[in-house]
Amino acid sequence: MQWEVVIGLETHVQLQTKSKQFSGASTTYGAEPNTQACEVSIALPGVLPVLNKKAVECAIKFGLAIDAEMAPRSVFSRKNYFYPDLPKGYQISQFELPVVGKGQITIQVPAGKNTQAYEKVINITRAHLEEDAGKSVHGAVEGMSGIDLNRAGTPLLEIVTEPDMRSAAEAVAYAKKLHELVQWIGICDGNMQEGSFRCDVNVSVRPKGTEKFGTRREIKNLNSFKFMQQAIEYETQWQIETLEDGGTIQQATVLFNPDTGETRAMRTKEEANDYRYFPDPDLLPLEVTEADKARVKAEMPELPQALQARLISEYQLSSYDASTLTSSRSLADYFVSLVNAGAEPKQAANWVMGALSAKLNAEERTIVDSPVTAVQLAALLKRIADNTISNNAAKQVFEGLWAGEGEVDAIIEAKGLKQVSDTGAIEAIINEVLAANQAMVDEYKSGKEKAFNALVGQCMKASKGKANPAQVNETLKKMLG
Amino acid sequence: MINSSLKQLGQQLASKQVSSVELTQAYLQRMAQLNPTINAYVTIDEDKTLAQAKAADTRIAAGDFGPLTGIPLAQKDIFCAKGWRTTCSSKMLETFISPYDAHVISQFDAAGAVNLGKTNMDEFAMGSSNETSYFGGVKNPWDFDRVPGGSSGGSAAAVAARLCAAATGTDTGGSIRQPASLCGFTGLKPTYGLVSRYGMIAFASSLDQAGPMAKSAEDCALMLNVMAGFDERDSTSVNRQKEDYTRGLTSMTGDQPLKGLRIGLPKEYFAEGLNADVAKVIETAIAEYKKLGAEIVEVSLPNNNLSIPVYYVLAPAEASSNLSRYDGVRYGHRAAEYNDLLEMYMKSRAEGFGAEVKRRILIGTYVLSAGYYDAYYLKAQKIRRLIAQDFVEAFKHCDVIMGPAAPSTAFKAGEKTSDPVAMYLEDLYTIAVNLAGLPGMSIPAGFATSSEGKALPVGLQIIGNYFDEARMLNVGHAYQQVTDWHTRMPAGLENI
Repeated sequence: MQWEVVIGLETHVQLQTKSKQFSGASTTYGAEPNTQACEVSIALPGVLPVLNKKAVECAIKFGLAIDAEMAPRSVFSRKNYFYPDLPKGYQISQFELPVVGKGQITIQVPAGKNTQAYEKVINITRAHLEEDAGKSVHGAVEGMSGIDLNRAGTPLLEIVTEPDMRSAAEAVAYAKKLHELVQWIGICDGNMQEGSFRCDVNVSVRPKGTEKFGTRREIKNLNSFKFMQQAIEYETQWQIETLEDGGTIQQATVLFNPDTGETRAMRTKEEANDYRYFPDPDLLPLEVTEADKARVKAEMPELPQALQARLISEYQLSSYDASTLTSSRSLADYFVSLVNAGAEPKQAANWVMGALSAKLNAEERTIVDSPVTAVQLAALLKRIADNTISNNAAKQVFEGLWAGEGEVDAIIEAKGLKQVSDTGAIEAIINEVLAANQAMVDEYKSGKEKAFNALVGQCMKASKGKANPAQVNETLKKMLG
Repeated sequence: MINSSLKQLGQQLASKQVSSVELTQAYLQRMAQLNPTINAYVTIDEDKTLAQAKAADTRIAAGDFGPLTGIPLAQKDIFCAKGWRTTCSSKMLETFISPYDAHVISQFDAAGAVNLGKTNMDEFAMGSSNETSYFGGVKNPWDFDRVPGGSSGGSAAAVAARLCAAATGTDTGGSIRQPASLCGFTGLKPTYGLVSRYGMIAFASSLDQAGPMAKSAEDCALMLNVMAGFDERDSTSVNRQKEDYTRGLTSMTGDQPLKGLRIGLPKEYFAEGLNADVAKVIETAIAEYKKLGAEIVEVSLPNNNLSIPVYYVLAPAEASSNLSRYDGVRYGHRAAEYNDLLEMYMKSRAEGFGAEVKRRILIGTYVLSAGYYDAYYLKAQKIRRLIAQDFVEAFKHCDVIMGPAAPSTAFKAGEKTSDPVAMYLEDLYTIAVNLAGLPGMSIPAGFATSSEGKALPVGLQIIGNYFDEARMLNVGHAYQQVTDWHTRMPAGLENI
């Protein structure tokens, strides 16, 4: 039988706010345990939550970015359960009325072994605001578990998709796209190691061609794209094998173990909590007006889709180049600064995607900490355009810039890379080469075109690479008559 | 001096006839004598109290003082006060020392008032007789065999026995007004949102409201001036212009100072369930209001009979969630022995909470459970809106509503403890006001005689429209200008 996997994602995006979702405590990562836990984070008797306006703005930004329906009025609810890292005994979340409703994200699924690259629209069901829990710390004290409440109350936006994905590749493409988007609009730092972007993946399988969904299992808390791919592939295979062996799938929550590459059930539906959701009486309904949306929209950066279209129409870039350059906000920012500093767009694109990216990859750096600034690179490209240096020489200048040897013109000067364009000097070089290579000249004259290229090569060599190649070409042609 | 009004005490302090330390010591002495019997206070800390009194004297000497500077007050033990043990009269918080101040506490601190101590209450404010307190019951100063009402029973007894100049209370279903009625003083539950709930230990968040408990309407106005005001730490706190609640009190002159006032009497408040002696006192008080120029109109609150069932769905639902934080993990009672996490939770909570608290957590958990939520919680919310709508209709025909605050006078300790429903009926006339979020107050209106021949106070309830506290206080004040019920003291306690 042919099986089809059906995947939906719930992603917890930690919002980039200075303070917590419902209190003024700091959200900085990595502080000493419980040093960022104020009276509200600890849930002392009598404390009350106050909604973080910045977190609401983040939610609105996301809603605008995916062109979602946004509720004019949404409600915070309490999700009640006991756990040592949940100080109030309930999590404040949104249940019936989330702040962001239906929207869409278009993903690019890369080519696989037997498949071509394609685009697909993933429907977003909802996105809602909630607070994170703290952490249990095991082993710090012998025989006891510790609780660190620094993270308790950190603002999260939980983004839920429809079960629209049909392969691990699609799920990963969606997760990557979402990861880029939330960083692009500045609502999340995207740091997966620190847990700023965590995915729960719902996986089920069904016979291909059937309508009815199979029973799903939810893989919790995946914080790397590689693990996500592995976990989904393992889980899919496990479910198919279980069904083919005549077994049934129990609805369950599972954990992925990166060491074994396997998923393992944590709890089944029967053991699931009754969360007793009800509207939190400590918080008023959240009102989002058209004016709020307009104000947030004015502060939003150009979205990747829009910028991509503009790169194609305004700068005549190919759709591949435009898509690559808008794959992250920082890369796009770099490119746009480069063009704004006077670089020719196509040439700029080639350099950013070529030499610069290669060097960054080689040194495992991101574009944000590129030693060569956009302004420096623009100055370098200008020297190519005005024939001061050749393309080859430019690569040496780039290395110089990377190594911090100074500004473009100083490096050209210091390395003596200035291109020779003086007609007299070039004629002198050509004369020398022609005199020394009579055999090649004869070959050319007898009709062998290749000999011409060899002569150009000799001229360039004689000039130590500094002669302007176009000019050498032209003059040589003239002189050979 | 112990029977002086806040205004009189303020004048004596300002003119340095008495210092705050002297005044405070007088109260502390009285507390030392009477509190072992009455049990109004659960925490007394003379050093802290006297330090505040000294600070107040310094402020007075420097000319930097307000109407309450140096005045000794009692604080219900539901308000977190920095450095003070704050227990909510529960074993769960028996050893909890608050590291922060509730908004109400910091407001009084800023005003220079002196904190005499923390008063007894029903555990987590769940009760109408103060008998659910982990620290034991409180005696009604008018008859030691009887309860002071609840949940603010300690504050009530402290005001009635003159163990403080005034006190704070909280009112979720009647916890200020019912004890005010049973102990014979003036208590006001403000409009929901007028006084910040920050640092006030939550029972039922959508109903809880702090308010003053004092001898007179004028005293309550002075207290409310300090307590009311926007606080951004409470999202349900209402951001509105500060007002002076004493502003209309002095203009109450002439034969008919209340001419033009329309008083609505809900027919449902004078039906079955109301004790005949109480009814008589209320009728006499209404007659007095007529003399003051008020016009009487009959109004109807047709859904009032639903208010108790609705309350006993919604309040426990919120409470079951609000009390989840008492899990033995971070503070509060933790069982001495347990084998695993679940057992730690279960034993800590089983040991830390009393029977009434457990009963309400169970009810609340039940009504919020999957499959029951719509039938109980959602339905109760719908009826709550109908109850609020009843008042909107009634206030189209009147300016204030009057009636009894409690169906009977103070009952005997133990009389209703085995019958929760009988206890719940104590709040028949007060609960709807909380459900609607309206302000309500109870003022002393006379006495009924007990079977043993003791005089027991009866309170008249005045319900106002939203944020109409100033008018209600004026209405109470006008009555207190022509009556002296509010100045009476329990027999035997006058000369201690």
